[in-house]
Amino acid sequence: MLDIGLGHYLSVAAVLFAIGMAGIFLNRKNVIVILMSIELMLLAVNINLVAFSQFLGDLTGQVFAFMVLTVAAAEAAVGLAILVAFFRTRGDIAVDDASLMKN
Amino acid sequence: MGIFETLSFAAPELVLVLGAMALLITGVFIGDKSAKQIGYACVGLLLVAVLLVLFSPTAPTASLFDGAFRIDAFSTFSKVIIYLAAAVAILMSDQYFAGEKLRRFEYPVLIVLAVFGMSLMVSATDLISLYMGIETQSLALYILAAFKRDSRRSTEAGLKYFVLGALSTCLLLYGASLIYGFTGSTSFEEIARIASMEGANVGLIFGLVFLISGLAFKVSAAPFHMWTPDVYEGAPTPVAAFFSAAPKLAGMALFARVLVSSFHGALGDWQPVLAMIAVASMAVGAFSAIPQSNIKRLMAYSSIGHMGYALIGLSAGTAQGVKSVLIYMTIYVAMTIGAFACILMMRRRGGMTENIADLSGLTKTNMPLAIILTVLLFSLAGVPPTAGFFGKWYVFLAAVEAKLVWLAIVGVFASAVSAYYYLRIVWFMWFDEAAEPFERDAGPALKLTAWGSALLMFPVLTIFMGRLTELAGRAAAALF
Repeated sequence: MLDIGLGHYLSVAAVLFAIGMAGIFLNRKNVIVILMSIELMLLAVNINLVAFSQFLGDLTGQVFAFMVLTVAAAEAAVGLAILVAFFRTRGDIAVDDASLMKN
Repeated sequence: MGIFETLSFAAPELVLVLGAMALLITGVFIGDKSAKQIGYACVGLLLVAVLLVLFSPTAPTASLFDGAFRIDAFSTFSKVIIYLAAAVAILMSDQYFAGEKLRRFEYPVLIVLAVFGMSLMVSATDLISLYMGIETQSLALYILAAFKRDSRRSTEAGLKYFVLGALSTCLLLYGASLIYGFTGSTSFEEIARIASMEGANVGLIFGLVFLISGLAFKVSAAPFHMWTPDVYEGAPTPVAAFFSAAPKLAGMALFARVLVSSFHGALGDWQPVLAMIAVASMAVGAFSAIPQSNIKRLMAYSSIGHMGYALIGLSAGTAQGVKSVLIYMTIYVAMTIGAFACILMMRRRGGMTENIADLSGLTKTNMPLAIILTVLLFSLAGVPPTAGFFGKWYVFLAAVEAKLVWLAIVGVFASAVSAYYYLRIVWFMWFDEAAEPFERDAGPALKLTAWGSALLMFPVLTIFMGRLTELAGRAAAALF
């Protein structure tokens, strides 16, 4: 049986982070998907922090992870509020619509 | 240290955050007709905080909350400038919001809350407190960008700022998690010990690069600058004025503290990265601003370029370099606030105009405004003998002394190119056909800000420059 070590957790986190980042840049349809991608990236960071915390035998990483979780909730609230304001002015939340200002 | 002694060090922050909450509740009860009074009360809070920072009876250096924050000459210097810039930004906004029928009491309260986040940022000495400070500031700033919530442009600016800001926070956090993992601690002191011990730890450097990307976004340095022009153009003008001053200084101060006090041992690893960011920012600031016709967009590119010059000083990595960054940022804050005060005075028949073409022939229609704007544009371009020139001079000097001569030369070239678009506006104002005049009832706050900022640009006020360099030197020394 293969032992699951720090490296495996870090790989999962790195893959999740990359998927989240790809979700932000490749998605052209819906802003909600962007919010979900941001959440995914933050959770990847949390996996990193908890894995390191366990590996080092040090609790700071888990405290950090709780801070990230709490702030992520506040951030999602602000993001959704801005999204509602955005929707009200245009009746749509397609990413391509956010293009009033360009060079 | 007892709890009361610890809290006495955090008195300015406590005043800000408790005052903001009290004013928020007051505003909810009284409604939007209290907006003006709450604005003045917020300015009062910020001024009280300045006094508390300046006349703190305690020792100049202290470590608080188990090493999470540090009060020293560096944080004191940055806080005073941040508080003053925010107070001016609130005073400047009143006339605009009255004209746009957008007077809401949340605006000054949100600024005070953002300033609270900034003052955590400039004294943070731990990755967790760094993150909390940045987020406290950013969440308030996202809302401010979308403050004109019936406008398509403003909500779009808010949404763009939010998405890219959250992305950069993720990068920063990912970097922080790697740094924590490879050093076993989140405190800057411990990180500094490990970074100087094993300079070539790949995981640590990897984390540092992510951290630098996140911070570069917050100060809008290229290649993480994409949000800046859109946010400046879309957000209400007073908000753009605030964005271009206090948050930039807070971000740069945080940048300096992280790199110098925790990664000084790895200077060779981050110096090239920072130099590249500086070169890219100066290039974007110099070349992308040329075709702009909207003055807020132009100011956005100008701020990207100015961050590039400030980063030259930071990439020197010496006390001299940090000192030059503080001098540069202080002068930059003074001139950008003045320039935005002038932009806020560009009003016709109750509506704002933002086109550079509207400034043409300004000397024939509004001589005082033309003179102020000319002085500020000369200073932004870095033409001697204005203060902007001295800022650049200190930064380039620091780079040369740190054997980064090539970086200083690139900086000189970039400022020559960027002088073109500043001086082009001066040419429009003095030698072109007069456009329709602006309304002249700008109100005392805007006029005073513009005049004050233009006067500060003259090094005739040598007392000011001498005092500034002395204080900045003392602040920079506190990091080493």
